[in-house]
Amino acid sequence: MLDKLQQIGASTLATVQGFGRATLMLLGALWGRPRFVKAWPLYIKQFYVVGVQSLLIILVSGLFIGMVLALQGYTVLSKFGAEQMLGPLVALSLLRELGPVVTALLFAGRAGSALTAEIGLMKATEQLSGMEMMAVDPLRRIIAPRLWAGIVCMPMLAIIFTAVGILGGHLVGVDWLGVDAGGYWSAMQANVDLQQDVYNGVIKSIVFAIVVTVIALHKGYDAVPTSEGISRATTQTVVTASLAVLGFDFVLTAVMFGG
Amino acid sequence: MTTRKLEIFVGAFVVIAIAALMLLALKVANTGVTGSDQSYKLYAKFDNIGGLKPRSPVKVGGVVVGRVASIQLDPTQFQPVVTLEISSNYSNFPETSSLAILTSGLLGEQYIGLQPGFVDENVEILADGDHIEDTKSAIVLEELIGQFLFNRGNQ
Amino acid sequence: MKKQDVATPLVDIRNLTFRRGERVIYDDMSMQFMRGKVTAIMGPSGIGKTTLLRLIGGQLKPDQGHIWFDGQDIPTLPRSALYQARKRMSMLFQSGALFSDMSVFDNVAFPIREHTKLPEQIIRMMVLMKLEAVGLRGARDLMPAELSGGMARRAALARAIALDPQLIMYDEPFAGQDPISMGVIVRLIRSLNDALGLTSIVVSHDVNEVMSIADYVYVVAERRVIGHGTPEQLRQHESPLVQQFLQGLADGPVPFHFKAADYATELMEINS
Repeated sequence: MLDKLQQIGASTLATVQGFGRATLMLLGALWGRPRFVKAWPLYIKQFYVVGVQSLLIILVSGLFIGMVLALQGYTVLSKFGAEQMLGPLVALSLLRELGPVVTALLFAGRAGSALTAEIGLMKATEQLSGMEMMAVDPLRRIIAPRLWAGIVCMPMLAIIFTAVGILGGHLVGVDWLGVDAGGYWSAMQANVDLQQDVYNGVIKSIVFAIVVTVIALHKGYDAVPTSEGISRATTQTVVTASLAVLGFDFVLTAVMFGG
Repeated sequence: MTTRKLEIFVGAFVVIAIAALMLLALKVANTGVTGSDQSYKLYAKFDNIGGLKPRSPVKVGGVVVGRVASIQLDPTQFQPVVTLEISSNYSNFPETSSLAILTSGLLGEQYIGLQPGFVDENVEILADGDHIEDTKSAIVLEELIGQFLFNRGNQ
Repeated sequence: MKKQDVATPLVDIRNLTFRRGERVIYDDMSMQFMRGKVTAIMGPSGIGKTTLLRLIGGQLKPDQGHIWFDGQDIPTLPRSALYQARKRMSMLFQSGALFSDMSVFDNVAFPIREHTKLPEQIIRMMVLMKLEAVGLRGARDLMPAELSGGMARRAALARAIALDPQLIMYDEPFAGQDPISMGVIVRLIRSLNDALGLTSIVVSHDVNEVMSIADYVYVVAERRVIGHGTPEQLRQHESPLVQQFLQGLADGPVPFHFKAADYATELMEINS
């Protein structure tokens, strides 16, 4: 019994320690003026790896989710004779919730796990130590570009996801199920608010971007430098980041739309 | 891959993202009235505001001319006071105009319909901060049913 | 170099005590590494030889003691001074630790590009010179994944000497090499040390290779130095542990059998 308590206490302390290390890593990566001119190729490369290479999965998922929303939504709305509300249904679902959250989850799975594995492997092959011994700060050179790439690219991916989803909803709703095209867009415009819905959605995705990227980088940086350690760190990234995104989503939704 | 190629791809990515944002901002959301800058305030008292909410539209003959900015309760007379924000493009409503709380469609949301009044030499134009006197409250379903039953009862 | 500089140690470790958790790794240990010489650190596996290199490089802090590097006490240095000191020392890791996303050329050029503002033509000349010294000038456009283990190590060596450091530390450079690669590395360590006026510290347990090139050897075991001297002096050392290590004897002060109960009793146990 006392053993269990001790275990709980120990793991709580370890979690808090982890938060501390993650914050220190974050501060170390952001501290000091970024030498953008000299480090520009590094940043571009990371923007490509993190952002551009996630584009395919985001486009396809966004399209399919928009189409499914339209299909399911139409089935229910037609019972009330409210098919013209399909536009707002699809748009609001995507803008407020599905866009930021699903993008964050996909991002954590694809780019987040890749970041963790890459950094964990660099740690295991002593590349990070080697860099330190060569008087180059690995936080500035390796972590910082990836951090900024994640924080900037993920909101952009969320916006693309939402836009593609709305177009997908149009594809199914208007072209396939016969909802009036003008009605789709005008009902949407009447019910979607720029500040309330679009901006809040973007704010959400920025928060999620920070959460997912920091978790991914921290797990990689802290990984045990063996192959087992790296695989464990990668799984932990996906699980922890996903749970954190859903948790933050609840808090943000309550604050923004709770009323 | 060379830096130049990477830069092209990343640039394309950013362009797509901006295009998506434009789509969302312009076609999806309504950057309509009071998305623009100039507006002036009018005040009106109602007996019952029904389901009126802040940001509900103010329409003249179906055209949106403004939004409900806020709804408060007058502390002395216990009447709801609605603050309307009207776009400066429509700045010559006479003070004889009337307001009514209407419903769009059968189950739709409620909005304020503005009926412009008559104009002659003695009538002033509404400016920022003025009150509109002539208001009709929202229709409350129970009162309507009560009236209906009362009328039936009289037959 | 002034005459008296040659006589003073470049790295001077005094009264070093280092603990990892409960375990004491080093207990009041002292060693000196003379300028311009190849000094070896040998000992059984697992006693923390790599840890010693990390302590010298400032990646770890000792619990007690001083580590003087060219007049500066490494554990007491603030971060910026430590980075300055690290520019004058390099380390060759066991795996080479080349950056996997850059070519050999870019790997060797990395420290030059990071720490100097030299134009690309000068950098190219320097990189080619360093690669020539290790015999890899023709391999400069290969990626690390395309190199054999021995070649990767040589490339990492070229990178380590890119900025002409004062001190170079080798972490198990001979581990797992075929005889030819071994010969290459042995020759390079000695010739680079002499040609560039370096001070080299070699951590290894390959006795024959080390003894053939080292000017001075420290044998470390049981948390301290158990024997030191020139290779000839060490071969005559009286400590049985040193002799067991140098001759590669299977049994001696370090026993063959891991600690266990009595053999006959364990075999005959019916209820095990």
